[in-house]
Amino acid sequence: MCGIIGFMSKKGRLIKGDKIAKALDSLRDRGNGEGSGYVGYGIYPEYADKYAIHVFIDNTVDFPQIKSKVEEILQRYGIIVKDEEIPVDDSVIKKEHISWRFFYEMDEKYAEIEEDKIVEMVIEINSKIDGAFIFSSGKNLGVFKAAAWPDEVAKYFKLDTYEGYMWLSHARYPTNTKGWWGGAHPFNLLGWSVVHNGEITSYGTNKRYVESFGYECNLLTDTEVVAYLFDLLSRKHKLPIEYVIGALAPRFWKDIDNMDDEKRKICEAIRMTYAGAAMNGPFAIVIGTNQGLVFSNGEVDNKNDMLGFTDRIKLRPLVAAEKDDLLFISSEEAAIRLICPELDRVWMPDAGKMTIARFEE
Amino acid sequence: MIPSTVPPKYKITIDHDKCILCGRCAKECAWDAIRKSKDKIITYDNRCGSCFRCASMCPRDAITIIENPSQGRKHPVWTPEARQDVLNQANSGCILLSGMGNAKDYPIYYDNIVLDACQVTNPSIDPLREPMELRTYIGSKPEKLEFEYIEEEIDGKKVKKSKLKTKIAPNLKLDTPIMIGHMSYGAISLNSHKAMAKAVKRCGTFMGTGEGGLHRDLYEYSDNIITQVASGRFGVNSEYLSKGAAIEIKIGQGAKPGIGGHLPGEKVSAEVSMTRMIPEGSDAISPAPHHDIYSIEDLAQLVRSLKEATRWKLPVFVKISAVHNVAAIANGIATSDADAVVIDGFKGGTGAAPKVFRDNVGIPIEVAISAVDDRLREQGNRNKVSIIASGGIRNSADVFKSIALGADAVYIGTAAMIAMGCTVCGRCYGGKCCWGIATQRADLVERLEIEEAADRVSNLIGAWTHEIKELLGAAGINSIESLRGNRDRLRGIGLNEVELKALGLKQAGL
Repeated sequence: MCGIIGFMSKKGRLIKGDKIAKALDSLRDRGNGEGSGYVGYGIYPEYADKYAIHVFIDNTVDFPQIKSKVEEILQRYGIIVKDEEIPVDDSVIKKEHISWRFFYEMDEKYAEIEEDKIVEMVIEINSKIDGAFIFSSGKNLGVFKAAAWPDEVAKYFKLDTYEGYMWLSHARYPTNTKGWWGGAHPFNLLGWSVVHNGEITSYGTNKRYVESFGYECNLLTDTEVVAYLFDLLSRKHKLPIEYVIGALAPRFWKDIDNMDDEKRKICEAIRMTYAGAAMNGPFAIVIGTNQGLVFSNGEVDNKNDMLGFTDRIKLRPLVAAEKDDLLFISSEEAAIRLICPELDRVWMPDAGKMTIARFEE
Repeated sequence: MIPSTVPPKYKITIDHDKCILCGRCAKECAWDAIRKSKDKIITYDNRCGSCFRCASMCPRDAITIIENPSQGRKHPVWTPEARQDVLNQANSGCILLSGMGNAKDYPIYYDNIVLDACQVTNPSIDPLREPMELRTYIGSKPEKLEFEYIEEEIDGKKVKKSKLKTKIAPNLKLDTPIMIGHMSYGAISLNSHKAMAKAVKRCGTFMGTGEGGLHRDLYEYSDNIITQVASGRFGVNSEYLSKGAAIEIKIGQGAKPGIGGHLPGEKVSAEVSMTRMIPEGSDAISPAPHHDIYSIEDLAQLVRSLKEATRWKLPVFVKISAVHNVAAIANGIATSDADAVVIDGFKGGTGAAPKVFRDNVGIPIEVAISAVDDRLREQGNRNKVSIIASGGIRNSADVFKSIALGADAVYIGTAAMIAMGCTVCGRCYGGKCCWGIATQRADLVERLEIEEAADRVSNLIGAWTHEIKELLGAAGINSIESLRGNRDRLRGIGLNEVELKALGLKQAGL
């Protein structure tokens, strides 16, 4: 279960958040009202070069103390340019957490390692500060999520007041952990935003793999581990995105054995080296990145310069579509048609193949 | 003379109504526990080790071997075995010898671990219809890959091609994560070695030579052989090293941590003497320590020397027994250029060990795997070495659990011997194995049919491999690498909090 819908404008056109909310609401039956969320890219043009850090802080009398603990860690490495409560309509759902945002600038002396420092701070805050949880930490983007139905979350966070060139969203049907605000998708770290339909049976292996590189999985959800895997393989190990996906959803050995020498060597090396990163179980994943929209169950489309990947035996649905400069990806075609009835192309990406969509120059 | 005050452990009963006095039982018993005297079969219960050869071979099914009910006074502390040991040592003044694995009733953690299975949200996978990948590579892997990018012109278009810059160290490719561990020629017969070599070749896996060198008849199985270098250096020369696909340095053995090995002279036949490069009939002693290894640096040097001797083409493993600080030792090994660390638990078998060691020294393999995997990950060294677990692996579930706890593959020993006919009587050190396995006596060795034994060993590995595929499918996993270290797929049951923590497991129900 779980409903996914995302779209991006390859020309970078800004689109209001109510569109994605409308589409996601049509997938409400794929969720159960225990988690819905959205991420918009390009929503903070005024602070485009600052990190937009979204934090859930427990809505209790301890709020000021918890917030100051978060600030203390942030101020260790940079300055908070602006901070405020994320505007909400609290008549819609119970405000279990106060959603706060910090626009944050890292001190110049950390320029070389600023993304490492952000990851370090997110992990430190999420694992050490009781009652605070960073759920979004990229530049010019923001996650909005809660344990509620899609339309409620959209109204609560006043999604129609934001405009973005890429939106991802998710209606959750939790089966691993109980529904709670932090467990809702998307999960975000730096530029990586993950929405996911499925259950990663290799979670234990993947979790221990990323933890040996210093990440800490605090949310007990497989979505979190996917974001860390992307961050590790793509940002830290600098693997091309095709190889990252090749590590997470590797080719079968029987296919690798039949490849030409050069390709076989690469695929073998990826499987051997990144065995701990390979994901198993049913999944359809859409990942927003600073490079564009990456999604699973995709196919190579050179014309659009897009790549994607699958769970190898395709146990979860995913459909892609295009209309002019728009690329859509969803667990159901109906959700796409609801906001864009006329489409130029609709396709079901094959199992185990990749697709990446990138912005036009 | 003080007569024996402990009754024989076993009692051989002949059903004289069925017995046809063919004398087969007497011929089959290498221990002289049964003799034929004209019109009677005479039994000597105190010599019987319950190997069941006589009973199995009796054409009339006339022999029964039972534990002797006449045990004298029952005492909870001074059991017949405890009293027998005291008597034996009172008579001989010697260390007691024993064979096979630890025979005390310690908890088997494997039996307190249950597996997870898929239901609705993560569907199980049917291995008969979907690919199920068990291929495993044993050896060192890089922490990350680096590529270089070259622009090439294909059909007038400039194409950016990536080339792998990182060099991958030599690895062993296993079609199944089950290998046969090291049992030396000398401790076991040539026929046993030949049968196991045929089996591993068929199954796409490997067997260890043990420390007894490699008989020339096994050279044709080079691609499936791991040669061993132990403290005695028996049979070690450059030809031997190059006749394997990997080399293993044996530091310790689960059945007897902290001590070396001893092959009695009576097992050193002409062939064994040639293979081991020692005089015929002489005792083959492997000292407790390697006399050139007194520190981790010395070990690192030996690893590199062996690599140098084989032109850095073969992976080198280091085998240690599971002891309480096994994690720190394994981590040291990981930084020594070794490609795999073999951990042998205290239930591991042996041809001969002092009984006091076999039954009291070392720790269970399950907790050792967990500790080693944790430490290697904490130190960022997990990719540098593979973990091979051994010592008491009894079935495919044990293999599955070992891998989920953190191993890459397992060695089996006793299980392979049982497949060939071993009855775990535990008297391998006597050299009179009636089944032709742990003996060098030509007439006994002949009893082991190589082809038949090879079929049975390959059947066993094949059957376990099938079962592992089914278990993986049930867990919704279609490649073994997603099981490695996946403790999330396991739960503990009947274990206390400290034990659960040591194993890195959650309690069932959580």
